[in-house]
Amino acid sequence: MEQLLNGFATALTPTHLLLAAIGVLLGTAIGVLPGIGPAMAVALLLPVTYGMEPTGAFIMFAGIYYGGMFGGSTTSILLNTPGESAAVVAAFEGNPMARKGRGAQALAAAAIGHFTGGIIGTLLIVLLAPFVAKHAVDIGAPDLFAIMVLAFIAVTSVLGASRIRGVASLLIGLTLGLVGLDEMTGQQRLTFGSLHLADGIDIVVVAVALFAVGEALWVAAHLRRKPFEPIPVGRPWLSRADLKRTWKPWLRGPAIGFPFGAIPAGGAEIPTFLSYVTEKRLSKHKDEFGKGAIEGVAGPESTASASAAGTLVTMLTLGLPTTAVAAVMLAAFQQYGIQPGPLLFQRESGLVWALIASLFIGLTLLLVLNLPLAPLWAKLLRIPRPYLYAGILFFASVGAYAVNADIFDLLLMFVIGLLGFGMRRYGLPVLPAIIGVILGPAAEQQMRRSLQLSDGSLTGLVNSPMAIIVYVVVLIIVFFPLIKKFLPKPTPPAASEVEREKVDA
Amino acid sequence: MTTETPAQSKSWLREHSELGICALLVVLGVLVLTDALRIPTDFAQRGPVGPKAVPILVGSLLLVVAVLLARDVLRGGRGEAEAGEDVDLNAPADWRTVLLLCGAFLANAALIGVVGFPISGAILFWGAAYALGSRAYVRDPLLAAGLSILTFVIFNNLLGVPLPGGPLMEVF
Repeated sequence: MEQLLNGFATALTPTHLLLAAIGVLLGTAIGVLPGIGPAMAVALLLPVTYGMEPTGAFIMFAGIYYGGMFGGSTTSILLNTPGESAAVVAAFEGNPMARKGRGAQALAAAAIGHFTGGIIGTLLIVLLAPFVAKHAVDIGAPDLFAIMVLAFIAVTSVLGASRIRGVASLLIGLTLGLVGLDEMTGQQRLTFGSLHLADGIDIVVVAVALFAVGEALWVAAHLRRKPFEPIPVGRPWLSRADLKRTWKPWLRGPAIGFPFGAIPAGGAEIPTFLSYVTEKRLSKHKDEFGKGAIEGVAGPESTASASAAGTLVTMLTLGLPTTAVAAVMLAAFQQYGIQPGPLLFQRESGLVWALIASLFIGLTLLLVLNLPLAPLWAKLLRIPRPYLYAGILFFASVGAYAVNADIFDLLLMFVIGLLGFGMRRYGLPVLPAIIGVILGPAAEQQMRRSLQLSDGSLTGLVNSPMAIIVYVVVLIIVFFPLIKKFLPKPTPPAASEVEREKVDA
Repeated sequence: MTTETPAQSKSWLREHSELGICALLVVLGVLVLTDALRIPTDFAQRGPVGPKAVPILVGSLLLVVAVLLARDVLRGGRGEAEAGEDVDLNAPADWRTVLLLCGAFLANAALIGVVGFPISGAILFWGAAYALGSRAYVRDPLLAAGLSILTFVIFNNLLGVPLPGGPLMEVF
């Protein structure tokens, strides 16, 4: 508790407060821009913080993160075209509301939902993170390796339509992660004698290339000639009747969002959907769902923010990113030579608590600034598309160049950007590749360390109860398609036979 | 067996263009494996697992996945192209725009060391905006120059992130 108060003392200095406000505004502005999700927002804004001290930088990131998520929902509600998976559900009810002239209420429900979900989620961080970190210190190399294997498997299996494409993406990421000097022996791997490659490929370059350059090229190839018309809105507010319908969904959201954010299951996509279904079932206005039920905005938005908080617990205490944004933030930590993980709360306790305190401040600023500014954000949706995507490429170049002041990084970014283009074209999800680049080298270290301890015997990987439990979970995920065959089928067999006959005929 | 006309085989290739991803995975796999095999292990190895093990694993998996993906594609599986706010998947791919964008991007990389960021960045922005269909011949270059110089000043002077100023900035 005392540490949290110290954190507030650090975060409430004028400079840090200003950074948090800038972070929220930049994050929202960039999140509102079509085509830019929170992950790309954080990746593009990384270079802004290169010259800052770490505490200030992370206070700003906290603002960017939450701001970016809220911005994404704004786009969903006013344009009906979500830019990222977490905001998909916001469009279900939010857009019909906006079309009925209740856009202001939808935005208010979303903003307050983000605030409530975020505050409850951050409170849970305060309560849980030190506890997890304390116990995570005892976690050995085999356990960490097992958890990373779980992250790899989960991120390839849970997300996306096709597992094999997820695995392909993961392997591409692992390959990129191999480039450079082997950390244990100093041997060169995949450097082809190039000095530039000996230091490895900078994660920032990979992240910006895959998210920003790949996206800009992909959109350019299929640019919609007539962009959607956003629906104009006034100042958000809620009537008493609306409040009566929304306060329960706001409070229910974190219960679904937080646990899902903490596990490597793809972030906010699944929990926001679960929240939507729950609210629909519990609502007294079931008939309104699909036509603009305010509960369907309030619940999922609160869930999304809480899942972001859950993500931070796993990222800070275990050093394990479960979403793309967390992956980019982890890269930012590494940029400062700080390794998130069990020891972070001991070694960098000042920084961590200032970060957590700034989450509270950022959320409050988000609510205070964004409710009155909503009409302005809506105007951002009209930005001419050529400027938008030219700007993305422009700032991506600034970011990649600023990492090492090396033109080689620009070329590398171009090549990886083309890869990102191809991945979008053929449905390879981007997240597994990012997770592969970031976690691959760490996983290799933990595996080799475990085998060193066991003198090469493979039993060294499974010599703790925790590792065994994690591997059992991994096996369940891997063999889930097989297991499903033995479960009772939801559809009666007669129907599928009829279908098969049709196909044969 | 019917003989395929060139047009037919061309459309077959178009239908199965995803095999290109398989080819890419194979190339990567071979690259990783050959690179791993040339790592000398006789010295500097600590512990039972050397620097070779993981690359060999990753390389082999790349080959396996390439085969599995090829099987999936040949059986009619298709990767779902990513949708987005500004993406119109019904329109055919516009390669001219993509190539022009690549050109603008590479021009920046080629020029940044010679003329400095304020100029090369402006070329990048204007070039990219032009490629994407903006034809405001007065507003675009002005906007590009303004953005580029502003970014340079903010990063270089305010944020302490050095960018090359080039000859233009030496004048000041």
